[in-house]
Order: sequence, then structure tokens, then C-alpha cells
Amino acid sequence: MKTFRIGGIHPKENKFSAGKKIQQTELPKQVVIPLAHYIGAPGEPVVKKGDLVKAGQLIGKANGFISANIHSSVSGKVNKIDVQLDASGYKRPAVFIDVDGDEWLETIDRSGEIVRECHLSKEEILRKIQDAGIVGLGGATFPAHVKLSPPPGKKAEVLVINGVECEPYLTCDHQLMLEKGEEIVVGITIIMKVLDVKRAVIGIENNKPDAIENLRKIASQYNGIEVVPLKVQYPQGGEKQLIDATIGRQVPSGALPIEVGAVVQNVGTTFAIYEAVQKNKPLIERVMTVTGKSAVSPSNYLVRIGTLLTEVVNQAGGVPDGTGKIIGGGPMMGRSLMNLNVPMAKGSAGILFMPDEESIRKPMKNCIRCTKCVTVCPMGLEPFLLMNQSERNMWTEMEKERVMDCIECGSCSYTCPSNRPLLDYIRFGKTSVGAIIRNRAVKSVTK
Amino acid sequence: MNLILISLITLGLVGAISAVILFFTAKKFHVFEDSRIDVVEEALPSANCGGCGFPGCRAFAEACVKAESMEGLNCPVGGAPVMENVANILGRVPVIAEPTVAVVRCGGTCEHRPRMNEYDGVKHCFIAHNLYSGETGCSFGCLGLGDCEVSCEFDAIKVNPETKLPEVDEEKCTSCGACVKACPKLLIELRKKGPKSRRIYVSCRNEDRGPIAKKSCDVSCIACGKCEKVCPHEAITITNNLAFIHDDKCKLCRKCVEVCPTNAIVELNFPPRKPKVEAPSTPVAEPVEA
Repeated sequence: MKTFRIGGIHPKENKFSAGKKIQQTELPKQVVIPLAHYIGAPGEPVVKKGDLVKAGQLIGKANGFISANIHSSVSGKVNKIDVQLDASGYKRPAVFIDVDGDEWLETIDRSGEIVRECHLSKEEILRKIQDAGIVGLGGATFPAHVKLSPPPGKKAEVLVINGVECEPYLTCDHQLMLEKGEEIVVGITIIMKVLDVKRAVIGIENNKPDAIENLRKIASQYNGIEVVPLKVQYPQGGEKQLIDATIGRQVPSGALPIEVGAVVQNVGTTFAIYEAVQKNKPLIERVMTVTGKSAVSPSNYLVRIGTLLTEVVNQAGGVPDGTGKIIGGGPMMGRSLMNLNVPMAKGSAGILFMPDEESIRKPMKNCIRCTKCVTVCPMGLEPFLLMNQSERNMWTEMEKERVMDCIECGSCSYTCPSNRPLLDYIRFGKTSVGAIIRNRAVKSVTK
Repeated sequence: MNLILISLITLGLVGAISAVILFFTAKKFHVFEDSRIDVVEEALPSANCGGCGFPGCRAFAEACVKAESMEGLNCPVGGAPVMENVANILGRVPVIAEPTVAVVRCGGTCEHRPRMNEYDGVKHCFIAHNLYSGETGCSFGCLGLGDCEVSCEFDAIKVNPETKLPEVDEEKCTSCGACVKACPKLLIELRKKGPKSRRIYVSCRNEDRGPIAKKSCDVSCIACGKCEKVCPHEAITITNNLAFIHDDKCKLCRKCVEVCPTNAIVELNFPPRKPKVEAPSTPVAEPVEA
């Protein structure tokens, strides 16, 4: 069974919501759509207070190259454009819309019919993806149209589709592959057309045999699409790890996947691209998992962007007793939520309830030089060394140790027998080194 | 006997030749170094804190010797006496910078600013700041994890475990600026020490609109504008919903302190106020001109 070459861990999977049908959540009374919920510059609002909007209507215009359009996910009246707390407690601009009915733009095809044929040209498809505000739904929320336009001189050879879902607990991609397999495969053919590639591989971990089976059956009807079952290993969903696991190419340090001729897209993103191109539907809803050991009914929900997480949680049975921490995203890369009154963003893949006893950090002990962190690091770094350097503010040394390669997967902190907060310190170093590198770039430009 | 003689002569010759070579190389590659640099360095406090803006006392001494005048050169640790001494060594007119001191611009103690969640991560402000806004509702306020305390070489700033806010020891603070750089929330500012150490400043950095700011902290600046209006010296400006007192214009009349509805403006080291019946304010302004 294939997997990536170096490092990796296998935490307990705990996929309680696996196989649970995607449920549509009820429409909330008000949605709060953040204008900045992806990597890149925040959008420019194009509606004002009192405007009537329909679902799918543009409300925030992309601002710059790495930026994405934002659309209203409901129909109703714009209440205000104000700041709203995001999941980490900082205030971000957002559009508040009072929901009234559920009227969609006429151009959006809401029928369940699958449109297989796509006669648009490459440029037209890219324009549609850009207009629909599609961003990477795997978590990094990088605008999809940027990723699909390789820099001049670089040519993609293989399209790698990420159906790995290596995070424990989360099952939204799994369920999507079961229920929307056909749509995903059509989405893949569309991306293949844009990139002008003949080959696509879908990487799926073998703890999802039903999804592998389903996509294999569908993909056999199309040319050049192959499903690769992978050994369960975290962080296989990382771009570079997935490329290594599926097509055996290693992306050099500091380079983008396009260097080795690969472009990676998540299955969720692929589905969103299908909907945008074939159904004219912008990215206004996504599947998210609400789960946890004590969760009342762990399941997958189709939620409109901008719905407050409290509403989602209430429909999923509320916060269970004895919850110590609520995590936005998966247990490995997700972040603890300060409060639940934050809007659902394009990158929110899940809500996870952690019971009290599991949400406490154990006291840190001294490093015993067991090198477990070095063994598990999927990027081949030395986390213990990076932490020591970060504690002593040795930024130049950290840069030499390739700290910027760190994908912040958290395998090192997970595996450390001394409970050392390795990732926290590495992230600190990464921020500081990143600032130094940016400064240097600015200086060399001005020179 | 012969052997000893030969070795002595050989060694002697090698020594003599080396001495000659060394003599000429030393002449050839001689680097002229102003002898005053050593003297100036001696006069400096050797704290090597970097507060002057140079990488250490030696570099500062070099800069002093090289510079045309003493303008812009100041050792915050040594203060006026040291700089006077340095100017005397170099035979220049001393330029005395007004002493400054670090002030923490956050008044959100535990009772004023209720905790909404509990942070159990690494006790390091910068790391916590990267993760989220902090334990309280105010995303601008002090995290209380003590990066400033660690950064201080002079033991002058300490986080009070009761209030979870750092407190500056004025006697020890040399205003080197290490804590200013260490604070990820940019709460610490170097302000003029003021006559008799009397200072007035806005102890808040919250840039939220009034109602939101007030909700998260009792003593936050709500940008009501009262202080700006009452200030007779135009020393207060409000930008981004936050008042700021410019210490070069402030005459320490304390009118703003009286009108501030949230007590966000703090006065330090003033004598206790006289009862309201008597004439307020004016006499306090005088020490500045004196």
C-alpha cells in the first residue's frame, strides 16, 4: 500500500460520523458573511445597507490577485456591514444579511440532474471558477483559480485529487465522495481540461473502502482518471505528502507542487468547481462535520456560508456536557474556538467537541532526546532543535534548518513523550523568520 | 655543546627574522583606532542593552567618537550624567535628552476585564498572540504572560500575579526599549518621565467603537471625545476610536483625568487631589515652566 516516504503518525481515527447522510441545516434568521475568510486580501463590499440580495448574488468583490469573490448565501436584506469576531477573537469586516425566504438567482441550476458535458473553453472555465469565488476547501482556503493558472513556463502533467481526509474525526469529504461521486469526477474532467493534463489520480486512504469502490466505478467510465488507495497515515492530506504518496514525486524544499508538474485539489473544491461551472452556483454552502466523543449526534451537514456556528451546533443537538474545548476543524490542525458566535467560513470543515479530560495540556517536561519528533516529521525537519532555537530567538539558524518548510501538521507535538509544545515554538519561529524574509525581499526590491 | 650552540643560533635567527617581518607587517597593516573610543566605552554603563539603537556599548562609543555633535546620541541607561561625561571626554557640548520611562498602556485588570476563556498553552505572549486574541473580550489588551518581564535586563518590569498586568519599577527602568519590542500587542510606550515623575497617559489601546470596547473592559477608552474637548493645550487627539496624549504638548493640568468617564486616563505620582470646592487645576501646571 502506498504512502509518503518520511515521517507520519497514525492517531486514532474516531470517525464517528462516517456514513451519516449529509443533512441540510435549516436556514438561520441572519447570516454573517465575513469579507475575509480565506488567504489573501479581504474583499471589497459591493452591497450597502438595505439592499435586497438573492442567494448567489455577489456581495464582496475580490481585491487583488490572491483574493476571491464572496456571494450571499441566502436571500434577504442587508442589515449592516460591520465587524464581526472571527474564531480567533479578532474582528473582521462582514456583511450581515437578514434572511427572508429562500430565493436564488435565476441563473443557478438547482436541479439534481448531473451535467456531464462541458463545452466551454479553458479561459471561460477559469473565469467561471474565479467569479464563483472558489477557494481550496481542504483548509488552506487558497483561491482555486490562482492554483489552476500555473506560472508561465511551468506545465502541469498530473492532477492530484485529495480525498485523503487524514484528520481524525472529520468525515465531510468521505461523505461527499459517497454521495456526489459522479459530480466530483465530472469536476475532475473540468480541471483536467483547464490544466490541459491527460492524467488525474484520486488519493483515498484505505479506511474509506466504500469511497474507493464508488469513485473507482465512476472513474472507469472516464479516460485517464485513476483511484489510488493509500495507507492510513497523517498528514497525508498535505500537498507535498500527497504528491509523494500518489505519484512518487518529491517537491523540493521551498518549491510549489507545480515544480514537479503536479496540481493538487481537494474533493470538496472539485465538487465546488463542478457546481460553479456546470450549475452556475457560486461557493455559498459547504459540507461540515459536527462530531466528538460525546457529541449527541455526530453527522455531516450542508451549511450555508455565514451561518453562525451556534445555529449549526443547536441543530446537531447542542454542546454536550463535559465539553472542555470546541475545535474548529480537525483535532490535529484545527484551532480551539473562543466562542461559538462566529460565522461559518469557506474553510470550516468541522466542529469538534473535546471532552474535559482530553482538552487539558499536560505539563511540559525536559527533552529526553528520543528523536521521536524527528522520526515523525513529514518534512524531514528536526522539531526539537527548531524549538530550542526558537526559545533562544536564533532566527538565522532556524532559517538554515528550513523552518519555513514546516507544514504545521502537529505530528511532533502529538508524539512527544515529554509533552513539549514543539509546534507552538516552531510556529513562533516561522512567523519571525517569515517576517525577516519578507523584509529582505522588500529591501532587495527597493535597492 | 655544539648541538646546543647550533640550536640556540638557529632559534635566535628565526626569532630575529620573524621579529623583523612582524615589525613591518604591523606597520603596513596598522589600523588607526581612536584611543578615545576606549575611554568613552569605559564611561558607559556596559549594559549592552541596545537601548541607544546600537548593537552594544562599544558600537555606541565608536558612533559617539565619529559623530560631529552629540545630537541624537543618548544612552538611556546612563542618562544625563553619563552623556555629560562622554561629551566632556570628546570636548563637545552635551545634548541632554529628556529622560523617558516605559509605561504600560493597558488598565484591564482581572476585575475590570473579565476572563472569557482559559489559555493553557505556552506561557509566551507572542505565541498566544499568534493563536488568538486573548483570554478576555478585548483583543487589544495585555495577555499577561510576561514577554516584557523576560525581555527586561534590569528587572524593572514585572507582571503582577494579582492583576495579571505588568508594572514598571520607575527607579530601575532605563527606558532601553526592550519591552517595547517584546510586546506583541504594542502596549508599552516610552514616555517622558515628566517633572517629579508626574505623568498622564491613556492606559488603553482598544480601537473598537465605544460600546464594544466598554463591554469588554470597564476602563477602556470609548473615544467619547471629552478629553479632547477639555484639553486647553491641544495635546489630545483621537484616532481609530482611541485617545492619545502627546507628551510634548501635555502640561499636566489633569483636566482630562477628571472628565474621563471610564477612568482610562491615568495620572501617576501626583499629590492627592484637593477637595473640589477649591480652585482646580491651574497651580499644577506651573512646575513645567519652572
